[in-house]
Amino acid sequence: MTSYALFLGCTIPARQPQYELSARKALTKLGIELIDLENMTCCAPPPLQSIDLETSLAVAAYNICLAEEADLNMITLCTGCFESLAMANRLLKEKPELKERVNKILANAGKEFKGNKEVRHYLQVLMNDVGINSIKQNIIKPLNNLKVAAFSGCHLLRPSALLRFDDPERPRIFDTLIEALGAKSIWYKNKLRCCGGLLRGYADDVALAIARDKIVNAHNASADCISTLCPFCFLTLDLGQVLIKTTYKEEYNMPIIHYAELLSLSLGVEPKELALDFHKVKIDKVMEKIG
Amino acid sequence: MAEEKPEKPSTVDFAREITSKLGGETITYCYQCGTCASSCPVAKTTDRYNPRQILRLALLGQRGEVLTEDAIWLCASCYNCQERCPQKVEIADVIYALRNIAISEGNIPAIYTEFATGLMSEGRIVPISKFLEKKRADYGLPPLKPTGIEALKKILSATGFDKIMFKKGESQ
Ligand code: SF4
Ligand code: SF4
Repeated sequence: MTSYALFLGCTIPARQPQYELSARKALTKLGIELIDLENMTCCAPPPLQSIDLETSLAVAAYNICLAEEADLNMITLCTGCFESLAMANRLLKEKPELKERVNKILANAGKEFKGNKEVRHYLQVLMNDVGINSIKQNIIKPLNNLKVAAFSGCHLLRPSALLRFDDPERPRIFDTLIEALGAKSIWYKNKLRCCGGLLRGYADDVALAIARDKIVNAHNASADCISTLCPFCFLTLDLGQVLIKTTYKEEYNMPIIHYAELLSLSLGVEPKELALDFHKVKIDKVMEKIG
Repeated sequence: MAEEKPEKPSTVDFAREITSKLGGETITYCYQCGTCASSCPVAKTTDRYNPRQILRLALLGQRGEVLTEDAIWLCASCYNCQERCPQKVEIADVIYALRNIAISEGNIPAIYTEFATGLMSEGRIVPISKFLEKKRADYGLPPLKPTGIEALKKILSATGFDKIMFKKGESQ
């Protein structure tokens, strides 16, 4: 069994128990042990980077220090957390002068960033620690060619120079993992383009217009659902459809489903164990299709 | 919005100020080709935003305009432009550097004060309701571990973050 320090972040426990439940269940079933460490904080995502980049790096590094002390690599569910932590980890490993600067700050909290651990997104863990074949072998309920519009969110892929997750213009990992479940990862227009989520709260009109594009493009490609990895993208597209209905008087009923939920369902986890009522756009159509 | 600081005297000064900030180092490589604007989802959606234009104004030394107007807050940090810039300008990071300068001068959009408040009181930018915290057991989720708020406060005061956000108080 491979063990990881689980970095849960803020948005998942605050808003999306269905994500946490499905991720914990699926990963445990596939032989990944998730360890909850004390004293983690916010990962220092873009809103904090906007306030002060140096502080953000220090906060991200602080959290990585906790994993270093526990002698564990770190696993993230949220792509936003992945970006903040993986980016800080890479930068501090590659730039000694920056590491020194951050360590001076961390000394105030009794920490030192060493740079001897990895930060991984759970898709990397599925690909590399579990493996596609083993996922396929564990599938009890294949997803019957469900047409899935994959949407990884920007911060799984970009900035690619630091994250090095996949080819930023032609990524394959997420699609491969969707197809391993017996679903189809379909092409749709502007698949890799942002959902606009980070503009919510500052320019809601612009954010909603960008989110609407994503929904329309998936709809026009006849997707059965959009599959997400980031709780913020999920919120933007799921709750976003409620706002699209009031603002644009349009109704798409496009289910938004985290990949971990699809994975859990195909691994045979009972739907009633997954708190699926947290979806604003009901996912009944998808449930019917996969039987 | 009223300007806090007098305009810096020359173009070179503002460029130098930006390149000396974390994230801002690459701004001077820009040769204004516009690839960033044509890869930008926000620029495609609204004419309130154009990343090439922000870099141009900054490089022309239009400090007051860049730091006090709406545009720098409209980047969605998607990094699409940064992947494609032929000059390897780290555009999204340059925007962060500009926001950092604006905020340090008290130009703080309300939503950022909200995030910072959550961070400083609970260690999370999205607070968790007591209701959902109690419900965790019903769902079969383990109890949440305490956050490292004490350590975090020490870090925030070491970098001056707490002062940046809450001394000037314009947005509170
Ligand atoms: S793509 Fe790069 S070089 Fe071209 S305008 Fe944008 S920042 Fe400048
Ligand atoms: S990072 Fe900002 S400027 Fe660049 S493409 Fe995305 S939204 Fe536009």
